[in-house]
Order: sequence, then C-alpha cells, then structure tokens
Amino acid sequence: MSALKIITNGIVKENPTFVLLLGMCPTLGTTSSALNGMSMGLATMAVLICSNFIISLIRDLVPNAVRIPSFVVVIASLVTVLQMLIKAYAPDLDKSLGLFIPLIVVNCIILGRAEAFAAKNSPLDSIYDGLGIGIGFTLALTLLGAIRELLGTGKVFDLTLFPESYGALVFVLAPGAFIALGYLIAIVNKLKK
Amino acid sequence: MAYILIFITAIFVNNVVLSQFLGICPFLGVSKKVETAAGMGAAVAFVLTLSTLVTYLIQTQVLIPFHLEYLQTIAFILVIAALVQMVEIILKKVSPALYQALGVFLPLITTNCCILGVAILVAEGTYDHTGIESAGLLTGVWYALCTALGFGLALIIFAGIREQLSLMDIPKGMQGMSIALVTAGLLAMAFMGFSGVNNGLARLFELQ
Repeated sequence: MSALKIITNGIVKENPTFVLLLGMCPTLGTTSSALNGMSMGLATMAVLICSNFIISLIRDLVPNAVRIPSFVVVIASLVTVLQMLIKAYAPDLDKSLGLFIPLIVVNCIILGRAEAFAAKNSPLDSIYDGLGIGIGFTLALTLLGAIRELLGTGKVFDLTLFPESYGALVFVLAPGAFIALGYLIAIVNKLKK
Repeated sequence: MAYILIFITAIFVNNVVLSQFLGICPFLGVSKKVETAAGMGAAVAFVLTLSTLVTYLIQTQVLIPFHLEYLQTIAFILVIAALVQMVEIILKKVSPALYQALGVFLPLITTNCCILGVAILVAEGTYDHTGIESAGLLTGVWYALCTALGFGLALIIFAGIREQLSLMDIPKGMQGMSIALVTAGLLAMAFMGFSGVNNGLARLFELQ
C-alpha cells in the first residue's frame, strides 16, 4: 500500500469516529468547543503516531502471550510524557481537557490500531496509519466541537457568527453532545450510500 | 449526611455516563438487552469499588511517599488490568455461578474509562463536587460505589428504552448508533433535571 492510501484510509474509509465508532468518551466529553475538540484530537494523534511506531518496532520481540500488557505500558508511558508536556507548556489546555488527558490510555482507538495495524506492519507504514487515523479523529472532533459551539453560543473558534442570546446552551452541555453526534452519524450514513 | 449527599450527587446529579462522559463505550455497546446491561452494571460495580480502594492505597502509601506521582497513569492502568485478571481467576474458583453471570463482561472492563477515570479522581481528591472537605479512603470508596450504581442505573434505563426502540419503525439513515445517541441525549436531558439538587441538599444538611 502506498503512503497516501494508508493515510486517506484512516481519514475517510476507516474514520475512527464516524465509521468505526471508537473512542466515544473523549469524542463526547471534550467537544464543548471547536478548540477543545481539536486539541484533544491532536493530543491523541501525537500518542497514536508514537505508539504505532514503537509497537511496530518491538512487534517481533514481544511474545504473543504478553502482547497486550506490553502495548498498554508503551501507550501509558507515552501518555505520561504528553501529560507532563501539556502541564508545562499549555496549562490552560490541561485545565480544559482535565481528566481526559490521562484517559487517552484507555482510548480504544490507540490499542485498536496497535493490534490491527502496528503489530503486523512496518514502522514506516505504522506512522502513516497513525497519521491518517489521527487526522480523521481530529477532523471529526473539530467538526463536532464547531457544530456544538456554533449552535450553543453562536461562535466558532471564538469568532462570533451570531449573538450568543440566540444560541441553545443545551448543545454545549451534556445532552447536546449525544444529539449532535447522533445526527452527524446519520448524515454520514446518508452520504455513504 | 455527607454519605447521603455523595450518593445522590454521584448517581443523579453528576451521573458518570450522562454528564461526565465516562464509560460511553460499554454504555453504547452492551445496552441492547436489559439482562446483559444488569450483568455489566454488576461487574463494573464490583471492579470499580475494588480498584478504587487499591489505587487509592497505592497513591497514598507508595506514590506520594516516594515522590513518584508522575507514574500514576502507568501504575493505575497496570493495577487495574492485573486486578481484573485476578478477580476473574478468583471468581472462577470461589463462585462459579457469579463467574458465569459476570464472566464475559470482566475482560471488557479493563478498557472501560470510568474505572481509570474514577480511580484518578479519587486518588487526587478532585471528585469533590459536593463541597465536602475531607476526601479520605472511606468517602472515596463510597463515591466509587455510588458512581458504579449510577452507571448501572443509566445502563439499565437505556437498555430498557433500546429494547422498545428495536420494535419501532426508524428512518433508514437513523438506524443503529445514530438513534441510540439521540436517545442517550434525551436521557441526559432528563437527568439534567437533577442539577442543583446537590447544592440544595448540602445547604439542607448544613455542609456548606
């Protein structure tokens, strides 16, 4: 497979949010604004690319029986590094994403790609796969965040499109996350046919 | 009184699934039948309480005294994974009936983010949206148990709705996950009706 094909596969055909329906907790929990959604997507992408690369490198060294625990340790170490970097350089982001940064460890997308792709392919291809899936996840989260922010507050990336008093605050709160994602998936289903 | 407040807050006001977005995967994945939902709820309650107890002790007895707080994520996920495995082995030996009932759900729990999420919240003492001062072992474990009950409640209600929903005539594009998410949204809206109850109760019990 060519690099481009692997990357577009992650963005369109195997989009983690709209097609595979993986990693729903951060998808719903961090998309109260477009910026939060994008930051979460980028953080996950960084971990995903690194974890795919490392797991692909060690795939022949690890015995099959302890495969999953060793993958989890690799992912958890990467998440810890990311957590420290975010705390040091972007304390505001640390506050707005909060608990969901350490929870990247249990994001099924990362372990899923490690199992489904990185454990079987070369390190370079695994990086491309991480990049593709990461971009697909980031785009989905940014889109969902932008829709929720627009309907809830009339802004996208803090750019005012209509006055806040016309916004339906429920879209920024918990129920809006479920409903917006539900309709987005319905639209994607429609487009697929 | 503080325990009653935690009970009401964790189950209704800040429901773990519907307002904190933890444990969405099993919430959407194993909610097609009420019986499986109840099984999952019981398994989560068991593991969540136990893992919170163990991780809290690790945090206060090992990580903090040795200044290893930065290892929290790695230590917790390993402990939870090992614990789930151990619970599975012990249950198989001690109570085969319970193992039969919970068996299939146990391995799924390791990747349930509400386990790691609640463990971190309790270990750092930041679950305290109730206004209670002391975040000790007992309140932490009680909070974990109540959270798990809230998870079970949301899961069983949602499964009941989905059982009815499967008999309905749903537009083609909305079938499957789409209608389930919209339903979950309406359920979350219903639970929003409880918001503010915790502050009222805290005032009533004179905790604030």
